[in-house]
Amino acid sequence: MADKEKMFQVKIITPDRIFYTGEVEMIEFMTSSGQIGVYKNHIPLTTVLAPGAVMLHEADGEKVAAVHSGFAEILPEEVTLLAEVAEWPEEIDESRAEAAKQRAEERLQAKAANIDLVRAEYSLRRALTRINVKEMK
Amino acid sequence: MASMRDIKRRKSSIQSTQQITKAMKLVSTVKLQKAKTKAEETNPYFDHMYQTVSSMLKRSGNIMHPYLKAGTSEKKAVIVITSNRGLAGGYNSNIVKLITEGDFKKEDLEIYAIGGKGREALERRGYHIAYSDTEVIESPSYDEASAICRKVLNSFQEEEIGEIYLAYTHFKNTVSHEPKLIRLLPVEVDETEADEKSNVLMNYEPNDEEALDKIIPKYVTSLFYGALVDAVASENGARMQAMDSATSNAEDMISDLSLKYNRARQGSITQELTEIIAGASAIS
Repeated sequence: MADKEKMFQVKIITPDRIFYTGEVEMIEFMTSSGQIGVYKNHIPLTTVLAPGAVMLHEADGEKVAAVHSGFAEILPEEVTLLAEVAEWPEEIDESRAEAAKQRAEERLQAKAANIDLVRAEYSLRRALTRINVKEMK
Repeated sequence: MASMRDIKRRKSSIQSTQQITKAMKLVSTVKLQKAKTKAEETNPYFDHMYQTVSSMLKRSGNIMHPYLKAGTSEKKAVIVITSNRGLAGGYNSNIVKLITEGDFKKEDLEIYAIGGKGREALERRGYHIAYSDTEVIESPSYDEASAICRKVLNSFQEEEIGEIYLAYTHFKNTVSHEPKLIRLLPVEVDETEADEKSNVLMNYEPNDEEALDKIIPKYVTSLFYGALVDAVASENGARMQAMDSATSNAEDMISDLSLKYNRARQGSITQELTEIIAGASAIS
């Protein structure tokens, strides 16, 4: 697995900290047009992130994290994820995510005129991502 | 010469002022440490954001996008970041000066004031305050920053304003802070730095317009958030310096007054003695 030739640099940066830097063989993440996996020597691509899990395939195992909104710059030798929020599974508060999920679902079902449907949907997706990532661990 | 009592009273009043400035200095030193760490943690994000966006725009050739060209409106929005409290030396007035002494026309400006002091100063000078917020500067969070940015961006999209500027104090180090005015929108692309890498054409997903639609607001927000964090650090740095010099000024004054007090005391003792001696010799 640990073939040096195939490894490339990945950085995940949030406003509060440098979330992750390291060498990986492949990175998978969710974009606004679906899940993608990136190996080394990808064509230059800038894409918008959607709430979802990020899988980092490192030389000695895999790591999962939850990333919500932001964008990714993919270059042949380097991938940079600029995320507004990023969390490791152990940082996620499951009960809070569950509560947020329920709240969002209720709002979506109520379909009241005075709520922002897009925002409710977005927070539902965020909550689902958190729960998913927690379970994947 | 002032009487002993007057000098004593003045000295004790300066002493209590010194105690206050000393305490304020200590408080802002602690706050500065906190703000500095935060600024250091935040810096990589918008350094990267800036690099990414400018390299992205260089690579993408000539895309046309509303965020990349000035709007039709003559109006210009300036986000002004100042503090809520004074006693920070030239911190607030330097920012205000940037605007009043810049090449802006007063009628064209819409001020988005962050922090009370800047709002007061600009309001007094007759600028139009479109929006004001005094809470966010106390403890900047990314969410609040993005909420404010959405407001400004909305006005930009609705062509109410043609350009967006940001005035804040850049925190260079503990002793030097630099007032800065930067243009947020339309995005400034640095043409000169075109290196070899930029010959590779960047691809966008879903497509360039949609991607820029999402990325540019994030870019603006992160610059704004970075400026907020920077400004908080600068504010505390400026206050620390101001209070430090106030404390040492008070010390100078106190030592000056102590000297005067002792002289007055000595004078009065001498006078008393001469009086006693004169009285004694008169009796004998």
